[in-house]
Amino acid sequence: MSSSASEMRFGMVIDVDKCTGCGACSVACMSENNVGVLPDETDKIRSITWLRVYQIDNGQPYPNTQIAFFPRPCQHCAGSQGHHTPCVSVCPATATDRDPKTGIVSQIPTRCIGCRYCVAACPYHARYFNWYDVPWPEGMDKPLSPFVAPRMRGVVEKCTFCFHRYQRAQNKAFTSGEAMGEMDYQTACTEACPSGAITFGDLNNPEHKVHELKKSPYAFRLLERLHTDTAVYYVSAREWVRRQADNYLSGEKLAKVQAGGGH
Amino acid sequence: MATHGKKQDNRSPADWWLFVLGFVLFAAVGFWATPAILYAEKPQPFQFSHKLHMEQVGEGCQSCHAFREDGSYTGIPSLEKCKECHGEEPMGETPEEKVFSKDYVAKNKPIPWQVYSKQPPCVFFSHAAHVANAGLECASCHGDHGDTEKLRTYEYNRLTGYSRDIWGWSLIPLDGPPKRMKMDDCAKCHRDNGVRDACFVCHK
Ligand code: HEC
Ligand code: HEC
Ligand code: HEC
Ligand code: HEC
Ligand code: HEC
Repeated sequence: MSSSASEMRFGMVIDVDKCTGCGACSVACMSENNVGVLPDETDKIRSITWLRVYQIDNGQPYPNTQIAFFPRPCQHCAGSQGHHTPCVSVCPATATDRDPKTGIVSQIPTRCIGCRYCVAACPYHARYFNWYDVPWPEGMDKPLSPFVAPRMRGVVEKCTFCFHRYQRAQNKAFTSGEAMGEMDYQTACTEACPSGAITFGDLNNPEHKVHELKKSPYAFRLLERLHTDTAVYYVSAREWVRRQADNYLSGEKLAKVQAGGGH
Repeated sequence: MATHGKKQDNRSPADWWLFVLGFVLFAAVGFWATPAILYAEKPQPFQFSHKLHMEQVGEGCQSCHAFREDGSYTGIPSLEKCKECHGEEPMGETPEEKVFSKDYVAKNKPIPWQVYSKQPPCVFFSHAAHVANAGLECASCHGDHGDTEKLRTYEYNRLTGYSRDIWGWSLIPLDGPPKRMKMDDCAKCHRDNGVRDACFVCHK
């Protein structure tokens, strides 16, 4: 049983075999969430990409080289078997919590004191520290989205599964009197993906596509042995891809870890 | 050490009175000066009478403050709404209406209202949840603003730039109107009504 079960559990199923690594999701995410462009974006230690696309390869020489891409949003960990959401448990300021209704891990930048414990605690490098105030060029602050609060220097930020879109979908549900549908709440990256690799929805809801997709025998999550119980599933038919999702011993079988979360 | 103890024993009632007097004096100055230092005024573009307009419109508050189809709230109506009745020539004689017609309607310029209840950018507020779903009266949060004839002074906090209504006009929470709407005030009503409690309810 999950140690912090939630009523709904918003999450993703990302088909790694469909991802071409084009980066449209990253770009959509940045513009949706008011993530700025820093003077030196080549400094990848300090630049901010809520949804980063990682590239891996199978380590074989040409012509057998294969490549796969991993889009990595915040994994919205729940924590299972007595474990907990890594970032929430270390935050000394309660600037981040996990909503028991949606299963979404929040980040309240105005509350953040910038200690970066959460950055260190996150096994997925999903959290980013604002080393600089974003120097919005003249006029570029005008197209900022009013639905997402811009951040300042000295605080941590991360992917929120476009939570503001949930808020808007809920407003619509309140006024129309109809329940929120699967398509009423979709993240910006899901909509932007040209190959349809990302599917988003409520993992607990049998009517949502992700509920079925996550049951695929090829589905796996990142670093499952940490018992973070993430809300982001990946799917790949290629075994070498699945192998890189966790730290396996050279002779170790994959199935063991995925089936039982064995130690 | 011993001399200290002795001195204390020697305090006369006059000493104590002096202390109390000083305390009260400085507290009074503080109470008067702090708001003056902390808050600054900003004028509204021109006066607006809710009372007068409520007699003109057909559907009450909803004529101007309504929900859009997607559940968002129109808030303060745009100039288009005003133009349904107001032209470039003022209908009446008042100087307020002249300013309105000349500077805004004729130039087709949006009116830069100062919003008393404006929350910080990190706050998510939903009229749909409170008005459409919970059926709360406007007055339970906005007081009698809908019945007023004149706009009161708008003040903002010099440090944060937030409206004074958020943290309230009174240092000691005597809480006469206008009502304050701090995080605790939202949360108190939510607790009383059993609304779920997580940072990602009111924040974005
Ligand atoms: C003719 C259009 C019109 C009608 C009808 C109308 N309002 Fe307004 N309302 C406005 C305009 C314009 C403003 C901006 C000026 C101001 O702050 O009063 C406003 C502002 C407000 C605000 C202030 C928001 C803030 O914090 O600054 C509240 C509250 C409000 N209206 C409530 C009501 C209520 C309640 C009713 C019905 C009793 C109502 N209004 C009817 C036009 C209208
Ligand atoms: C339903 C028609 C109607 C609408 C809509 C309307 N008004 Fe008016 N307004 C009137 C009438 C009628 C008067 C009274 C004219 C007079 O002075 O005799 C008036 C008067 C005024 C005055 C002068 C009142 C005073 O106290 O001096 C102002 C300023 C004004 N309106 C602003 C607005 C603004 C701003 C809006 C848009 C939010 C608006 N009105 C929308 C009908 C309307
Ligand atoms: C539960 C409290 C609550 C109730 C009930 C409520 N409001 Fe509000 N209202 C607010 C808050 C808080 C804001 C500021 C929202 C923000 O800045 O994000 C606001 C903002 C507004 C604004 C200004 C929006 C803008 O353009 O920035 C208007 C106009 C308004 N309310 C009118 C109304 C009317 C009319 C009603 C009744 C139908 C109503 N409100 C009911 C709390 C409330
Ligand atoms: C007068 C009481 C009252 C006040 C004051 C109040 N609320 Fe609420 N709020 C409610 C009630 C009742 C609901 C439940 C609506 C429902 O779901 O039926 C609610 C629901 C909400 C929701 C939607 C909750 C959900 O289920 O996602 C949000 C967001 C919210 N309030 C934000 C605020 C904010 C921000 C403030 C302060 C600026 C505030 N509220 C002040 C009574 C209040
Ligand atoms: C019931 C609604 C509500 C909930 C729940 C809520 N907040 Fe707030 N919060 C507000 C409102 C309204 C304000 C703005 C008014 C104020 O400063 O008090 C605010 C302001 C803040 C501020 C100051 C922001 C600024 O710019 O001044 C911080 C920090 C903050 N909240 C953190 C949190 C954290 C962390 C949580 C979860 C533990 C949380 N809030 C839950 C309504 C809420």
